[in-house]
Amino acid sequence: MFKYYGKYAPYLFLLPAGLLLIVFFFIPFFQTVILSFQDYTNNIYAPVFAGLQNYTELFKNPIFYKVMLNTFIYLIVAVPVLAIVPLFLAVLLNQKIRGITLYKILIYLPVIVSIVVAAIAFKWLYADQGILNYIVTSLGFDSIGWLTDPNWALYSVIIVTIWKGIGYYMMIYLAALMSVPKELYEACDIDGANFLTKHLTVTVPQIMPTIALVVTISSISAMKVFAEIYVMTKGGPLNSSKTIVYYIYERAFENLDLGYASAMAVVLLGIVMVFSLINILCFERKKYQL
Amino acid sequence: MKKLLGKITTHTILIMVCILSIFPFIWLISTSLKGGGENIFAYPPVMIPQDFTFENYVGVWRRVNLLGYFINSMIVAAGTVILNLILSSLAAYPLARMEFKGKKITFFAILATIMIPFQAIMLPVYLITIKLHLIDSVNNLAGYTGLIMPFAVSAFGIFLMRQAFLGIPREMEEAAIVDGCNVFQIFWRVLLPMVKPSLAVLAIFTFIGSWGEFLWPSIVLTKESLYTLPVGVNNLQGMFSSNWRYIAAGSIISIIPIIIFFLSMQKYFISGENEGAVKG
Repeated sequence: MFKYYGKYAPYLFLLPAGLLLIVFFFIPFFQTVILSFQDYTNNIYAPVFAGLQNYTELFKNPIFYKVMLNTFIYLIVAVPVLAIVPLFLAVLLNQKIRGITLYKILIYLPVIVSIVVAAIAFKWLYADQGILNYIVTSLGFDSIGWLTDPNWALYSVIIVTIWKGIGYYMMIYLAALMSVPKELYEACDIDGANFLTKHLTVTVPQIMPTIALVVTISSISAMKVFAEIYVMTKGGPLNSSKTIVYYIYERAFENLDLGYASAMAVVLLGIVMVFSLINILCFERKKYQL
Repeated sequence: MKKLLGKITTHTILIMVCILSIFPFIWLISTSLKGGGENIFAYPPVMIPQDFTFENYVGVWRRVNLLGYFINSMIVAAGTVILNLILSSLAAYPLARMEFKGKKITFFAILATIMIPFQAIMLPVYLITIKLHLIDSVNNLAGYTGLIMPFAVSAFGIFLMRQAFLGIPREMEEAAIVDGCNVFQIFWRVLLPMVKPSLAVLAIFTFIGSWGEFLWPSIVLTKESLYTLPVGVNNLQGMFSSNWRYIAAGSIISIIPIIIFFLSMQKYFISGENEGAVKG
């Protein structure tokens, strides 16, 4: 086809979006790196070049290690649950049964509702004299300080993230299951395989790329959690539920320690970019038509 | 027999999962309907309110500007959706249909923004927004604009629209050229109407994302009158420190609009065709 557009047309079409991406993505990206080499602690309006000072301080700070450990725990608890439970539910929903739409709607509901309301709802369940402690004590255990005990707070918050993510990943799995050839299951049924063997030998290998996709995207979102923590614990008690994004927020917007917060942001950027790169190159090539 | 047993097990598991997924809301609703005469910390907990009342709803509605928060959320979400639709399609068109110098590098630069999490760059984004005077202390319009602009276009939207344009047969453009359309007319009158389904998907998922956004508004907003729903609802906790009846009522009111939206658009969410479209 001949060129029906002017030489500058493509650039004009790209201009508005390009401008916004430059102003709100690329400049901030480079500025984050620059800020991380500056010291703002003496005068917020007159930063001085600090070299690697923010980074050396970061790696000397025990809270930073605590925060990284918490983020890591978030990942290793939330990701396997979010990779396995939604798959199991998707398999159950991938049959001809009654009430399927209602089941999907109810399981998907937490995904739609604002994380703030979800966190408030759980805070109420977790109250000292709340309904969860009623269940715990009536089973004969001591009541638990879900959000006030440093041993529990992080896990209580993780539960909210998991609860809110299940429907989302379930829908991703359901879409993938539709493309698994039915004949494969028929062969299994003839062999008399049970539910578990059937799905371990057919379903799992068939949708392995989707499982891997769910693992990477749930890892990326686990590293970005903020609202749950902000609404429920503010990172406490004793930093026990503080993860990296919350700590960046606290350092940047409450302590106004811009350089230090940016050094941490660079660490976060590095980790997330590695995960995203794996994701794009391995699992989402088709989506972006690379 | 074995088949029947399997079905019963399936339904039992699914019903239990459904209960788990809506129970936090049910318990919130139950609390919000309990009057002052009833102990909300009663052991054992009571599900059906004994001192049934709508007083908490009336009270929280009177004392908190929930309608205002709702309107703010609507303005921000509508602005974000409209800009995303326009800007993403504009940018996607040349990426899908034109040959130009620097196409490859533009493509990868846009792809690269997918890898940059907002949480890592929020501080400079904030500084830039202040520099551009897009903040509510200037005026309301600036406040709304500041809430919208960082999310006015996304690489996700551009790629979604690019894929939609790639699926249109070339003959469509050729016919339009013969008819004497210029490049903008081809885009606006010929191509854009053909990608309506993708525009709908982009609109719906951008809306949901914008509606639930909490981090950015809680950073930039300084005036209560510009609070969006998530920020306003979070603020209920501070206003009614331990009045869980009010907090519960306010939270429930705040989720009614999005639940209506979800139920009326449910095929987009649960048909399984648009998997992975909501941002995680």
